[in-house]
Amino acid sequence: MAVGEAIPPTASRAALLVLADGRFPAGGHAHSGGAEAAVKAGRVRDAGTLEAFCRGRLHTAGLTAAGLAAAAAAGLDPLALDEAADARTPSPALRAAARRLGRQLTRAVRATWPSPELDALAAARPRGAHQPIVLGLAARAAGLTPLDAAYAAVYESVSGPATAVVRLLGLDPFDATGVLARLAPELDAVAARAADAARGGLDALPAGAAPLLDIMAEVHAAWPVRLFAT
Amino acid sequence: MTTAPARPGLAPGIRAAARIVAAPDGRGGTALPVLDGAGPFALRRLRAYGPEARVALVGAMSAPLGGDRLTLTAEVEDGAALRFSTTAATIALPGRTGAPATYDTRIRVGDGATLHWLPEPLISARGSDLRSTTRVELAPTARLVLREEQILGRAGEPPGRLSARLTVHRDGRPLFDQELCYGPGVPGWDGGAVLGGHRAVGQLLVVDPAFEDAPVAPRALGATAVLAPLAGPAAVVSAVAPDGLRLRKALESGDLLADGAMWAI
Repeated sequence: MAVGEAIPPTASRAALLVLADGRFPAGGHAHSGGAEAAVKAGRVRDAGTLEAFCRGRLHTAGLTAAGLAAAAAAGLDPLALDEAADARTPSPALRAAARRLGRQLTRAVRATWPSPELDALAAARPRGAHQPIVLGLAARAAGLTPLDAAYAAVYESVSGPATAVVRLLGLDPFDATGVLARLAPELDAVAARAADAARGGLDALPAGAAPLLDIMAEVHAAWPVRLFAT
Repeated sequence: MTTAPARPGLAPGIRAAARIVAAPDGRGGTALPVLDGAGPFALRRLRAYGPEARVALVGAMSAPLGGDRLTLTAEVEDGAALRFSTTAATIALPGRTGAPATYDTRIRVGDGATLHWLPEPLISARGSDLRSTTRVELAPTARLVLREEQILGRAGEPPGRLSARLTVHRDGRPLFDQELCYGPGVPGWDGGAVLGGHRAVGQLLVVDPAFEDAPVAPRALGATAVLAPLAGPAAVVSAVAPDGLRLRKALESGDLLADGAMWAI
């Protein structure tokens, strides 16, 4: 827990495990987080290059998503956050994917932690809000904290590519999990930084960007055949 | 690339500001009622071109060095047109104390006004540490062409540390917001998600209300460059490249200036 942050009485830490579980039915498994394009371009070839890829993604797109998720969990205006997410996502393929994932997550959360706030956001954004904002509202509905929401976002930012590379490269699953374990201290640090930033309001939210992720997302979206949606 | 004169004196860091104000001159052109610069900033008025005033920034001393605090402000009033350039690349260099340098650019473009902000690249030299922020406030009918290029290290040297945040608001709402961080101490910056070994990175951003009715279609411009519409009346060419020359070529290959916006020529 971050300094000064108390667990609300309704909180259940296990809810975070449910939310962050790769088997949570929110569609995340169909996305490689840019790993498929990076494998094709030869930038991810083994455990070492996967680790560098995941580290870069964590400290850029992961930090940005975690800031948005923490801010939504803290109760900042979800529509303003959705606009902030658009401005932080120059790739139209990634904006579309984030909204599709947001819609799928909304459906799953309605069955698990119903939330009037999430219903209102879904009504205002029928094609889906950006996924990190839905994630933040889901955490809020589950009685979790902004820091918890940030944890779910940062973990997702690296677990997606690591799992995908097992399929894409035939990488040993033990090696992929080793990458995630080695990144754990940095996941802690990035989640804490995101939750801190969310306390500073909309203007303080991180906007970390990764040029190759944005560029390759568009290149990947134009492939006629691909294993993953992004 | 030219080398700016050496820095006189031994101050650990300087504070310097420059300010440009462009306003309609009442005769169909643009006047420059304010053109002030101190320290490393020398602003030169170039020959006007049609309705557009042109200003070039000339580096009057090496800057930014570690510890420097630089501020550049440009205001383009309603109906005015300004084109800004620099005569050479800006080179971030280490200072004497190891303190980071800051370079903050604040831009406001009014209704019916047009700004071309086309500086030469920023080069992050070995051992330097620069935090740059660029914040642009656009009125609803303002038009903008903004180019940003970063070269990581001079020829054959590793880069310094660089963070560059570019924030564009239109009508008070966020349109574009990105922070790029590279160099020693930045986790994962050279991995396959961020730069993948490339040493030049940049973007060409065009905001034009005309995109509201005719947005550009996303398009790959080679292996590491794309043209993409933003979630507003704007488009961006983003590219990474092995060097500055190939970066500039990639940024210009989107033809954004030629067909997307005739006014931009």
